[in-house]
Amino acid sequence: MKRALGGAAIIALCASIGAANEVDPSDVMFEEGVVNASLTGQAGDAVSGRKVFANRKQGNCLACHTNADIPEQSFHGEVGPTLDGVADRWSEAELRGIVTNAKMIFEGTIMPAFYINAGYERPLGKFDGKSILSAQQVEDVIAYLMTLEDE
Amino acid sequence: MRRITTLIAVSTLAVGAATAQDSNELSIDGAPMVTEVAAPAHMENVDTIYSGWRFRSVETQSLEMDDFDNPAFVFVDKGIDLFDAVDGSEGKACASCHEDVAEFAGLRTKLPKVQDGELVTMEELVNGCRTERMGAEPWKWSGGDMTAMTALIGLQSRGMPIDVAIDGDAAPFWEKGKELYYTRVGQLDMACSNCHEDNYGVMIRADHLSQGQINGFPTYRLKNAKLNSSHGRFKGCMKNIRAEPYKEGGEKFKALELYLASRGNGLSVETPSVRN
Ligand code: HEC
Ligand code: HEC
Ligand code: HEC
Repeated sequence: MKRALGGAAIIALCASIGAANEVDPSDVMFEEGVVNASLTGQAGDAVSGRKVFANRKQGNCLACHTNADIPEQSFHGEVGPTLDGVADRWSEAELRGIVTNAKMIFEGTIMPAFYINAGYERPLGKFDGKSILSAQQVEDVIAYLMTLEDE
Repeated sequence: MRRITTLIAVSTLAVGAATAQDSNELSIDGAPMVTEVAAPAHMENVDTIYSGWRFRSVETQSLEMDDFDNPAFVFVDKGIDLFDAVDGSEGKACASCHEDVAEFAGLRTKLPKVQDGELVTMEELVNGCRTERMGAEPWKWSGGDMTAMTALIGLQSRGMPIDVAIDGDAAPFWEKGKELYYTRVGQLDMACSNCHEDNYGVMIRADHLSQGQINGFPTYRLKNAKLNSSHGRFKGCMKNIRAEPYKEGGEKFKALELYLASRGNGLSVETPSVRN
């Protein structure tokens, strides 16, 4: 009982720290499509980012991008360019801009903006006012993308 | 050497399959179907239109080539029974007034169409007879009875070219449908055109994107093992982009249906088609 309570307290504490340092989707600062500052004030976790990348209900980046680093998933879409070696082509700040809102760099792109919570029409009820990914998930995905270098 | 040749062959195949429709030809029980034709003049961004059949796997394709293999025919048979079944306060069946369902040959190619200022679809014509001439309850838009009947009636036009009118009375409905086609919706903020015009022929995860044609509706889908109305399909695509779908049978989906039908003008009616 005591242990369970302690766990809950720690989770609550983490959540409040997270929220305090988190940049709200509407406050993200773009400079020419680039977002310099971390959305959470801390580095993301590449291992978790890899999962978010593949998860159909989260990033689902594989819907549109091939990625040789995830061979265990059999289906990789080809709507966008391959993300093999993407860290050699873009800086972390540029990648943050692309994942947060790709339309800021690629005008009229099909790629969804993963960290906006307004500006889209007719969202299904449960998604209304929400971003596709949380700030932490965006940072995790960016940390993961930064590992995708061509040797 | 042998290994290298195999590798090249495999990679060419993968690219071919993923970057375009295939070049297979469709004939159903020996009757040839037009699955590829020059795009109608109103389409600004596409030169050639293709049936969705051309984007499916060989296994799925083959199911549509023979009515004996086509799982939709279980439902067509149900449609035949319904056509002869008495229903409603007037004690009539469809067959009481429509001697032979074959009299509807050609109808599917023209729908939806404007009648007395209203855009009407196959479902509404059927339900109109049920409520006004039979004294029967209307069928649900995408319900099993309705799709069985629209499959049976659509089948009478199989092989004939889609030929919906978009001018005159139809123009305002068509314009509305066109606008909806290009409007981004949902949390993913996409329009029908982003997938079915800009990216057809490309894989989106496990799905090979087609042009989103409706010449084969109602469609038997392997995914849910039943006939699906076009409005049901529109709804599914909207939900996938996390958009609140419009209402089945509502003005918006009817206008979209007309616009999509017009993007298929010239393709053969394939009702009832098979898709995954
Ligand atoms: C619906 C399709 C789609 C999805 C889903 C998608 N993207 Fe993209 N992405 C694109 C397209 C298309 C482009 C090319 C930009 C354009 O539109 O011209 C692109 C470009 C990119 C680029 C720039 C690549 C380069 O080398 O130029 C990155 C990085 C990227 N996407 C990351 C992601 C990540 C990470 C996710 C998941 C969180 C994701 N994308 C999800 C379609 C998509
Ligand atoms: C009491 C007679 C009657 C019954 C019963 C009846 N219909 Fe009709 N139906 C008509 C008449 C009359 C028309 C109008 C014909 C016309 O406009 O040329 C019509 C029109 C139609 C049309 C449109 C044809 C066109 O070319 O526009 C369809 C489709 C149709 N009926 C299907 C059905 C079905 C399916 C049933 C059974 C569920 C049914 N009808 C029952 C009398 C009937
Ligand atoms: C994210 C991409 C995407 C968007 C956006 C999208 N669809 Fe689809 N749609 C698909 C996929 C994937 C399929 C199944 C494979 C195929 O036929 O393209 C499909 C299938 C269809 C089909 C069935 C085609 C056939 O041959 O039976 C129709 C019709 C259709 N879509 C209409 C629409 C309409 C209308 C819209 C806009 C409201 C829309 N789609 C938006 C991805 C999309």
